[in-house]
Amino acid sequence: MKGFGYLRPTGVEEAVEAYAAHPGAHYLAGGTNLVDLMKLGVESPGVLIDVGRLPLDWVEELPDGALRVGATVRNSDLAAHPLVRDRYPVLSQALLAGASGQLRNAATTGGNLLQRTRCPYFQDLGKPCNKRQPGSGCGARDGVHRDHAVLGHSPHCIATHPSDMAVALAALDARVELYGAEGGRSIPVADFHRLPGVRPERDSEIRPGELITGVLLPAARAGVPSAYRKARDRASYAFALASVAVVLRVADGVVDQVGLAFGGLAHRPWRAHHAETALLGAAATPAAFEGAVALELDRAEPLRDNAYKVPLARNLALDVLNRLAPAPATA
Amino acid sequence: MTCEKPLDPHSEITLRVNGNPHTLLVDHRRVLLDLLREDLGLTGSKKGCDHGQCGACTVLVDGRRVNGCLLLAVTLDGSEVTTIEGLGGDGEEPHPLQRAFLERDAFQCGYCTPGQICSAVGMIAEAAAGHPSHVTDPAEPSGRPVPLDGAEIRERLSGNLCRCGAYPRIVEAVEEVTG
Ligand SMILES: Cc1cc2nc3c(=O)[nH]c(=O)nc-3n(C[C@H](O)[C@H](O)[C@H](O)COP(=O)(O)OP(=O)(O)OC[C@H]3O[C@@H](n4cnc5c(N)ncnc54)[C@H](O)[C@@H]3O)c2cc1C
Ligand code: SF4
Ligand code: FES
Ligand code: FES
Repeated sequence: MKGFGYLRPTGVEEAVEAYAAHPGAHYLAGGTNLVDLMKLGVESPGVLIDVGRLPLDWVEELPDGALRVGATVRNSDLAAHPLVRDRYPVLSQALLAGASGQLRNAATTGGNLLQRTRCPYFQDLGKPCNKRQPGSGCGARDGVHRDHAVLGHSPHCIATHPSDMAVALAALDARVELYGAEGGRSIPVADFHRLPGVRPERDSEIRPGELITGVLLPAARAGVPSAYRKARDRASYAFALASVAVVLRVADGVVDQVGLAFGGLAHRPWRAHHAETALLGAAATPAAFEGAVALELDRAEPLRDNAYKVPLARNLALDVLNRLAPAPATA
Repeated sequence: MTCEKPLDPHSEITLRVNGNPHTLLVDHRRVLLDLLREDLGLTGSKKGCDHGQCGACTVLVDGRRVNGCLLLAVTLDGSEVTTIEGLGGDGEEPHPLQRAFLERDAFQCGYCTPGQICSAVGMIAEAAAGHPSHVTDPAEPSGRPVPLDGAEIRERLSGNLCRCGAYPRIVEAVEEVTG
């Protein structure tokens, strides 16, 4: 690792100004991904701007009932927060399904969203990787790609986004709040991460120097039944092979609210718009769930060694949908 | 670059480690684990993977368990660090978990043990503070202490790998203290 400068601004404005004075610097929060990648030589910033102690460690309820979560709230604290557990259980469950107790104590909301892919070729400087070194090729496409994407991939990159939290946020219709030299803006989490296309080096829509200040959980999803389920190679402390976040409300046997997102399948949390559209207003029956999920996953384009992910994701989604639907619908 | 000269790659920090204050000039690349082992001679904390994947480096920072291998020391200015060497307080008596690990023979080579014990100390405090885990029933009311049965202990300590496979006795040792 090469040496680097270190700055610890005390406020959001000061952080953004520090970036303007040191373009190309990296923000550092919990460090659980960035320090790892610096040790591997994948990242080699000249300056780190420590935003891990910025006063953004709050979970606040807004007058309209929405919940705003600050960028530096630790993953463990967010998962344990009573308002999150009671109103947005899928978010708490997704966080608890990720990493380990130690890592969640350090990892932040902002850093979790911007963690980079776990593609082993991306992490190995001796291998080709278009994401790490544009134009060098994709080692995984014809290599070891059992963990890679089945939806939305491109000839240039087949990586998946590793976050569990982001999958729950996508299903919850949450928004990422950003602040940069041009002021503040917010983007739906489901549109924040990109598909790889011809520019896999860009994971998300964040602009250089922009800071994530928080995440907004909408009032409309508060208290709606929701759950997360993740399949992995061991019972704990492993990334998702496939996962699903479901938010579902049924009134008089009819679906009147639904959010469905898959993890481990694509370069971003995969919001299942086709399935959601089919379900909204439909009778909440096992057959309807099956048809809707098929509508989404029929679009999958598995690679040589990861076709197993399609039925795996399907079964996870059907299990959670049927579990969340009130009893008469599953009878 | 708009800045004229490169920033200094070192900073002075103050840490309390096991109750003792230290003021150190650290290279920004220094992670907490290396600072403890190499600068302070506290070799109880172990380096297994150096990438957050094994938990051998687990220590407590301001009472919370973390992986020392992924924390840059410079970010910890002003923090209170507790390592396996400091768990027993003044050193006269071992911590109840240290005693339970000995009594239950909860290790073979012992390499993962300091991390297991520090992790268990942090984990017990988390459960007492009402933190749920992946195996906690989501229907449990929030904000109440979570009782620690075998399944809870195994899940909550999953960030600590043991290459010798001493897991059954590790769980027994922790149960002895929590139950
Ligand atoms: C062994 C291991 C297992 C793991 N398992 C899982 C798992 O199962 N599921 C899962 O979801 N995750 C898992 N993780 C990943 C973990 O969740 C992430 O490393 C963590 O969430 C990153 O957060 P951080 O605060 O430490 O980010 P950092 O490492 O500090 O930063 C990550 C990136 O975000 C940027 N950044 C941070 N904060 C901001 C901000 N406010 N504004 C703009 N940019 C910012 C940084 O510049 C950097 O590029 C695992 C990690 C490890 C090491
Ligand atoms: S899948 Fe993406 S990240 Fe992995 S080697 Fe190919 S280009 Fe790199
Ligand atoms: S040495 Fe830190 S987790 Fe393995
Ligand atoms: S006792 Fe040997 S690694 Fe755990």
